[in-house]
Amino acid sequence: MRGTILEHIGGTPLVPLPRIGAGLRARLWAKLEAFNPGGSVKDRAALWMVLAAEADGRLDGARTILDATSGNTGVALALVGAVRGHRVQLCMPDKVSEERKRIARAFGATIVLTDPLEGTDGAIVEARARAARDANLVYVDQYSNDANPLAHRETTGPEIWEQSGGAVTHFVAGVGTSGTVVGVSAALRRRGVRIVAVQPDQALHGIEGWKHMASALRPAIWNESVADLHLTVGTDDAVAMTRRLAREEGIFSGPSGGAAVLAAARVAADEAGNIVVLIADGGERYLSTPLWG
Amino acid sequence: MAVTVRLPGSLRDAVGGANKVEAKGATLEEVFGDIERRHPGFRALVLDDGGAIRTYVNVYIGDQDARASGGTKAPVSDGAEIMVIPAMAGG
Repeated sequence: MRGTILEHIGGTPLVPLPRIGAGLRARLWAKLEAFNPGGSVKDRAALWMVLAAEADGRLDGARTILDATSGNTGVALALVGAVRGHRVQLCMPDKVSEERKRIARAFGATIVLTDPLEGTDGAIVEARARAARDANLVYVDQYSNDANPLAHRETTGPEIWEQSGGAVTHFVAGVGTSGTVVGVSAALRRRGVRIVAVQPDQALHGIEGWKHMASALRPAIWNESVADLHLTVGTDDAVAMTRRLAREEGIFSGPSGGAAVLAAARVAADEAGNIVVLIADGGERYLSTPLWG
Repeated sequence: MAVTVRLPGSLRDAVGGANKVEAKGATLEEVFGDIERRHPGFRALVLDDGGAIRTYVNVYIGDQDARASGGTKAPVSDGAEIMVIPAMAGG
């Protein structure tokens, strides 16, 4: 890793949200994961999953990394694979925005497009089927891989603690694979930090990367008990907050960023402290979508 | 016009569990209205208060993105296959 772009995964900025947080009981702070080399929080999990697969011998340079992804993990795996010298194959629902497909391909990944009607669950089913019939594929499976939350326990959580000088009282993040919430909870809950997990409020939603757990394939790494509070947000409200983040705080985020901040603001209205909310990616990846139309 | 509307998992409960429904209409708006009559509440899931396709939903008439063909005013031909899919994929 030393001497490569991978050294710069993590160590992302923690910035206050003075305008959106104005008048609330708690102060709001945003952890800006778009500052990762691959543009999203997924760089962390991708790096740890690939390094783990190398360490246990599954990835020996001749085999290909495989995963199912809505986009950000695919980009991250493609980037890590490019630097570490591994081929990468991604199962991704067809009709997702062009940016994520193009970026992953730019890093050298091959993409298998799956039935868009089946969403990421369909991509997961396809990845499992491919892994079962091809021994040359190393299915890292972000939804079941302990290296995913481990990355957050060892990096994201400690960074937040250090950057806040130990003043963080709450951590808010959305749940997709759940790696972020599970891992940061493992790092910070024992220090008295309240963990808030957020999901979309219905099965059909526009919060890229998040899962409506009740209607989706449940990630094996997810455990509701890691969070102290579970909230849901609607897509329209999330989009409105995403626009506020850009226009009031200068933070250009994807829709999940607005969704997470919306949830954090709700907590901040009721509870005092210093609330850190994770903003998973940047708005550039959504320019071709109606979000910024 | 008689068309087939294919639906994602997140919309199947709204139409009684089916992954596709047959509908009638000369435009996308009429097709969704026809489905709404049989499955109240469906329309609000895919169209916003102003009657436009929700930003997080994509609708394809054949291979064409309906937004590029006039949105809900897009004409549909007899036998067309319409696909409603989430614009964003879950994690």
